[in-house]
Amino acid sequence: MTGDRNPAAALGSVAWEPGVAKPDPILVVDGVRRTFGGLTAVDVDHLEVQRGVITALIGPNGAGKTTFFNLLTNFDEPDAGSRRFDGRDLDGVPAHKVANLGMVRTFQLTKSLSKMSVIENMRLGATHQRGESLWRSLIPSLWRAEERANTDRADALLQRFKLDHMREEFAGTLSGGQRKLLEMARALMVRPTMVMLDEPMAGVNPALKQSLLEHVKGLRDEGMTVLFVEHDMDMVQEISDWVVVMAEGRIIAEGPPASIGQNQAVVDAYLGSHHDAPLDLGDS
Amino acid sequence: MDWGAVLENTMRGLIGEQFVYFALAAIGLNIHFGYTGLLNFGQAVFMAAGAYGLAMAVATMGLNFWVGIVLGMAVFPLILSAIMGIPTLRLRADYLAIVTIAASEMFRIIARSPSLDKWTGSSDGLTAFATTFYDLSPFDRSQRYLFGLFIGNQMWVVLVGWVLVALAALVVWTLIRSPWGRVLKAIREDEDAARSLGKNAYWFKMQALMLGGVIGAAGGMLRAIGTQSAQPQNFITDVTFFAWVALILGGVAKVGGPILGAAILYGVLNFTDIVLRQMVESGIISSSIMNGTQVGQVRFMLIGLGLILLSAFRPQGVLGSKEEMALDDR
Repeated sequence: MTGDRNPAAALGSVAWEPGVAKPDPILVVDGVRRTFGGLTAVDVDHLEVQRGVITALIGPNGAGKTTFFNLLTNFDEPDAGSRRFDGRDLDGVPAHKVANLGMVRTFQLTKSLSKMSVIENMRLGATHQRGESLWRSLIPSLWRAEERANTDRADALLQRFKLDHMREEFAGTLSGGQRKLLEMARALMVRPTMVMLDEPMAGVNPALKQSLLEHVKGLRDEGMTVLFVEHDMDMVQEISDWVVVMAEGRIIAEGPPASIGQNQAVVDAYLGSHHDAPLDLGDS
Repeated sequence: MDWGAVLENTMRGLIGEQFVYFALAAIGLNIHFGYTGLLNFGQAVFMAAGAYGLAMAVATMGLNFWVGIVLGMAVFPLILSAIMGIPTLRLRADYLAIVTIAASEMFRIIARSPSLDKWTGSSDGLTAFATTFYDLSPFDRSQRYLFGLFIGNQMWVVLVGWVLVALAALVVWTLIRSPWGRVLKAIREDEDAARSLGKNAYWFKMQALMLGGVIGAAGGMLRAIGTQSAQPQNFITDVTFFAWVALILGGVAKVGGPILGAAILYGVLNFTDIVLRQMVESGIISSSIMNGTQVGQVRFMLIGLGLILLSAFRPQGVLGSKEEMALDDR
């Protein structure tokens, strides 16, 4: 899976402009608009997300990144426009079905299920469980084997994310960073083809950051597509193959990470509103 | 003081008819609120569905008793869940709370209306629908059983009730340890998280509402059988809140919580009732403080006081887990 990982290389020939077509898009967005009263939160003409690479979605505060994210995962419905995931129209598909199609998301405010143990959190992530039917759940012998298989997979993931020592603890007792790790590990239980991470680094201490970065890269190396929203420019710089910049609900720039710092539209967008984010994108 | 009578009355509360009816209602509520986080403030309407399902089938429509059981324990509560759940379960938890409390009052007021007299018996309710049940009783009607606690027919109702409570507890215990129960708990903790992992939260909430409703209906039906009448005033909102008190006393989201809670609730009610009554009669409490007719109210004041103390010193209930409760604050 390592040698001929073409997807990122294929982006080499793609022009650095907003809404540009990609050679192998997994997610295609067309004319998506979402307004809240008089405020147009998202107004994206066209966006394609390349399969098998890590794409970062950045932008100043209030740019509409999280709203856009909700629209892509059907946690919110757009006023207009279409979204296609892996060739399937997402219009009117309930959020849980989007997850079952292979696009799974995490949340900016981590949603670890506090009163459930870490391992139960993980087991929950497995989709299409036989024991999730009310009738079958009454007869444990019908689902026990599957439960064991899911538990083995969950244990392997916990080990990979270094949470195995917390296996039996309530998820509510984990630290903020551990919760981010748990949420990511739990998302992998779904066996997704595309992982959407909403600010995976928010509230994570520097020591954990590095391991989180490695985990995100690991997803790509296993062939998954990653789209993440992030404010942490170091992370964007280090792991993304492609960066999409949003401001005031629109996509204002696209390109490889090194190109973004020099983009005049991006500099304007950031310095015009807030400059709490470091902008030394081009020279590290 | 007649301590024999005190003991007898307290025991009747702990394991008797009221215990059985409200244990079932509270087990249903525990599925709704304890495991799924659904705020059902109308458990009385599910109980009424069970009672009227049977009573109307037999007394109004002249159907077979067993058809009545199916109507009361399955058809009526399932239809009711669908009516209340379809519009509200996609919304925030508060909307279900509003709809359930409204539905339970609407049902009661409609059932009471004189124009429906030939269907529901209006405020007199329906009677004479439980003969088949009592014909099956192995107990002698004129005998007293279990150290004289219950006469024959009561004993039969209570025994069937115990079996139903045990069955319901077993079902809940099995379900909660299954992947299905895990999804319910996930929905209680965070519905969006469950949806993001591919769970159809709406459908799971509907199933939980139905299952808890069916168990509540069993409680209501048994109550109608035990009192041999289905009357609107047996299903006033107080009934819902008795079930809530039982659940909170015993411990939310514990299989035994609602059972223990119902036993404590009616044990304490019966104990205070007979003790106060005897104290008033024997003059230990002078009639200038309280007379015999006020005993009924005073024992509810004592229950209220007990609840206040409980929420101050043991908010998780008798069986609840303190660690789980503490996680709420994070």
